[in-house]
Amino acid sequence: MKRRNFVTAASLAAAGMLLPIGCNSWVAQQANASNDKRLVVVFLRGGVDGLNILVPHQTAEYYEARPTIAVPYPKQPNGAIDLDGYFGLNPRLKDLMPFWKQKQLAFVHSCGLPLVERSHFQAQDYLENGTPGVRNTNDGWMNRLLAQLPQEGLTQALNVGVTTPYILRGEQQIASLKPGINSTALIPTDRSHVKTAFSQLYNGTDELSKAFQAGTKAREIVLAELDREMEMASKNAQNADVFADDAAEVAKLMVGNANTKLAFMEIGNWDTHVNQNPILNRQLPLVGKGLAILAAGLEPIWDDTVVVVMSEFGRTVRENGNKGTDHGFGNAMWLLGGGVEGGIYGEWSGLADSVLYKNRDVFVNTDFREVLSQIIVNHLAVPSDRLNEIFPDYQLTNPFNLLA
Amino acid sequence: MLVQIDCKKIKAKLQKWSGIVVLSSILWLSWTNFAVANESSALQRHILSRLTFGATSTEIEQINKLGSEAYIQAQLEPQTIKELPILEDYLASLDTVNREGIEMQKELVVLNRKRSRVKPSDKRWQQLTQKIRKLRSGALHEAMNAHLARAVYSERQLQEVMVDFWFNHFNVDAQKGEVKIWMNDYENQIRQFALGNFYDLLLATAKHPAMLVYLDNHKNTAPESPVGKKSEWGLNENYARELMELHTMGVDGGYTQDDVIALARIFTGWGIDRWGKKGEKNGFFFFDNRHDNREKLFLGHKIVPNGMQEGERALDILVARPATARFISYKLAQYFVADEPPESLVNQLATEFSNSRGNIKLVMDTLIHSQEFNDPQYFERKFTTPYQYLVSLVRMGEIEQPNFKRIRGMLFQLSMPIYQCSTPNGYANTKSAWLNPQAILQRTSFATAISNGTLNQESEIVQSRLKQNLGEISVTTNKAIYKTRPFLKKALMMGSPEAMYR
Repeated sequence: MKRRNFVTAASLAAAGMLLPIGCNSWVAQQANASNDKRLVVVFLRGGVDGLNILVPHQTAEYYEARPTIAVPYPKQPNGAIDLDGYFGLNPRLKDLMPFWKQKQLAFVHSCGLPLVERSHFQAQDYLENGTPGVRNTNDGWMNRLLAQLPQEGLTQALNVGVTTPYILRGEQQIASLKPGINSTALIPTDRSHVKTAFSQLYNGTDELSKAFQAGTKAREIVLAELDREMEMASKNAQNADVFADDAAEVAKLMVGNANTKLAFMEIGNWDTHVNQNPILNRQLPLVGKGLAILAAGLEPIWDDTVVVVMSEFGRTVRENGNKGTDHGFGNAMWLLGGGVEGGIYGEWSGLADSVLYKNRDVFVNTDFREVLSQIIVNHLAVPSDRLNEIFPDYQLTNPFNLLA
Repeated sequence: MLVQIDCKKIKAKLQKWSGIVVLSSILWLSWTNFAVANESSALQRHILSRLTFGATSTEIEQINKLGSEAYIQAQLEPQTIKELPILEDYLASLDTVNREGIEMQKELVVLNRKRSRVKPSDKRWQQLTQKIRKLRSGALHEAMNAHLARAVYSERQLQEVMVDFWFNHFNVDAQKGEVKIWMNDYENQIRQFALGNFYDLLLATAKHPAMLVYLDNHKNTAPESPVGKKSEWGLNENYARELMELHTMGVDGGYTQDDVIALARIFTGWGIDRWGKKGEKNGFFFFDNRHDNREKLFLGHKIVPNGMQEGERALDILVARPATARFISYKLAQYFVADEPPESLVNQLATEFSNSRGNIKLVMDTLIHSQEFNDPQYFERKFTTPYQYLVSLVRMGEIEQPNFKRIRGMLFQLSMPIYQCSTPNGYANTKSAWLNPQAILQRTSFATAISNGTLNQESEIVQSRLKQNLGEISVTTNKAIYKTRPFLKKALMMGSPEAMYR
C-alpha cells in the first residue's frame, strides 16, 4: 500500500485508541499500595423496563397491567425463569442463569433516583454526577471514585466510547477504548515515522508535549495487550454484537498489564415506548451474552469483581396504547460478580394501584447511591469517611448487604 | 460607508495581485513588509486569530492593506461585507436551509398524525417512520453543513465567531424532540442579532421553537388555567431557571427559588403553533388559555397580569441587571482574551454593556480596543476547541470544497459534535475542557490525515502558504519541521502547537 493512502485511510478510524483523557493530572502519578478489586459499570441508556427483566410473576396486577407485553408465567412458552418463587428472569437473559445458581447475581428492586425525574438526559445526568437534584456538578462519581483509589497508572480507569460520559468526567485521567471491532485499528500516529516526527515536535515539558507523551504511552499499552487477530476474526459481526466484542477487550485489559480497575460501558436504545417486546427480545440476549463473555474473560479475577448494570429510570407499570411503556420511576439494578452475594434485595411494595407512585410507577425504595456506596466502601475499600467525596451529603444506611 | 467602498476597491485590486503573490513567497514577504510598515504584524495576527476562524492569505492581505482598525470596523458591521459567490451558491443548493422552519414543522405534524392512525405492525407505519426520520435528519445534516460552510467561507468572520459564541451561550441540543428541523432557523436568528442588541437576541431565543422545546417551556402551563385544569401539563421551571442561570445573570446572580417560580409562571403560555395557522412566522404563539394570570413578584418587581408582555418585561428587567452585564462580559472576555479573564477587562466591558443597555457591537468594540486584548501576554494562549481547530486547518490550508461530512465525523470523534451538546451550558471554550492526551493524539492523527488530503484529494495544500497562514512559528516547531521528511512537513505544521493555539 502506498504510504499516502495508508495514512489517509487509517485516519478514518482515528478514534481507535486507548489513551488517557481528562486534564492535567496525568503528570502526578504516584506508586501506592495496590488494590485488586474491580468495578465495571454498564449503563443501559433510555430507561430499560425492569418489570420485564425481573418479572414479579406472582403478582396478579403485573399481568392485569400488561395484557399484551407481560412475560408469561414460568414453565409457559417463553415464560420467565423462576428465581425465588416470586420473581423470575426474562428468558432472553438465560445466559445469566449460571451466575444466579452460583449466587453471583443479585437484583435490587425499586431502586433509582431519590427524586422523580422523567427527562432522560436529566435523570442520566443525576445517575452519573452522583448528585441528584444538583445539575451543574462538574464531575462524575466514577471520576471522583478514581481519585479515592491508589493511583496505579494511565489505564487504571477505562471508558468504552469515543466521548467522555459525564460519569467519568473530572480531574482524574481516564483511558478510552473505541467501541466495536476497530479499537486497535491503526491511526496515523501509530506509524513509527509519524510518531517519531511528532515526538520530536512534542519532546518538551510543556502541556502539549506532556499530553502527547502520555497519550502515546497509553496507546502502546493497549496495542500490546489487545490481540489484533481476535478482532479480525469477528470483523463480520453484527453491529449489535459490539457489546460482546467490547466486553472481551475490557476483560483483557482488566486481567492484563493495563492494570484497569474501573471500567464503564454503555448500551443505548432502551426507550421502548412502542412495540417493546421485539426490541427487548433482540437486545437482551446480547446483553446476557456480553456479560457472560465479560465474566469468562475476567475468570482469574472474577472473585474480586463487581459488575453493576443500571438505567436512568424504570417504566410505567401499565403498558400504553402502543404495546410499549412510558417513562416511570423505580427500576431494578443488577449486580454480577464473584464479589456479589446473589439474591434479590430491596423493599418490594407490590403493584397494587394504591402503592404505585402517582398511580403509575414502581416507587423508589432504595437510593441508587446506597448500592454504589456499599460497593465503594465494602468492595473497593474506600474508607467510609471518604464516601462524601464521591457522593456529597449521602449517608450509607446498609439496609442489606449485597457483597459476599 | 467609506469602509465599505474601500473594501471593495481593495478586494478587486487584491484579486488581481493574488496570482503573483501566490507564485512566490519571497515576493509575498517583501510586499507585506512594505504594507505593514507602521503596524505590528504580531498584533495583526492576533486580531485575525481571535476575530476569525483562522487566517487565510486573503484575510492577511486585507488586514495588511486596510490596517487593523479599518479591518475591525468592517468586521463589526457585517452587513456591509459582501459574501463570496462560492458560499452563496452552496447555501442556495441546500434544500432544507432554504425552507421555512414552520413549513417543515407542519410537514412533521402531518406525518406524525398519519402515523398515529396506523398500527406499528403496519407496513405503512414503517414507511412513515422512514419519512419522518429523513425529514429530521436531512434538515439537521444540511444545517450542519451550512454552519460549517459559513465558518469556512464567510467574509463576515467576526459575525460567524460571534455565532459560535452565542450559540453555545444559548445552547440547544438537536437530539431533543423537533429541535433538529429548527436548527438552521435558530442559528439564523442568533446570527441576525449576534452583533446587535442583547435584548433582541434574548427575546429571539426565548420565542424560538428550538429553545421552547429544548428547555420545555412550550409545555409550561399554569395548573389553574383552562388547559392546566384539563390536562397533565403543569408549571415547568426548566427554562426559567436556565434563563437566569445561563443566559443572563449567572448562577450567583442573586436570584432565589421564588424568582425561578415567578419567572416560570410569567412564561406560562409561551408555546409553538405547530400547524402554523395563528402563530408568528417562526411558529411562536402565546397561548392565553395556559397562562398564569395572577400577579407575580419577580426580582423585587411587581408584575401585573398582562399576558405575553409579562415575559417581555421580565427579559427587560434581566437585561438591566448588573449581574447580567457582568456575566456576559465575563464570558466574552473569556472567549476572546483569556480562560481566566482579567478583572479590569470584565469591569470595563460590564460598564459598557450597562451604559449601552446591551449593545453587543459597542461591547465588542470596547473589548477589541482594550489594553488587555492588545497585551502580548495573552497572544497565542487560547487553546482552540475541536471545532475552532478543524475549521482553522481548513482555512489555513486553504482546502477547497472540504468534505463537510468527514469534518462532522471528526468533530464527533473529538467529542464536539455540531449542535449536539446535550447540556444547556453549551460547549466550553477553555483549555481545561479540551486539552488531554487523547485529544492531542487524535488531533495529530487528524492533522496528518488532513495534510494528506483526506478532506479533498483534489485540493493541493500549498506548503508555503500554509506556513504563512500559521503565522509566527517557534524555534522548536521549525526545527522539527526542518528535520522531518518532506511528506510529513505539512502534517507537523497542522499538528503543531501553533495550529492548536489561537
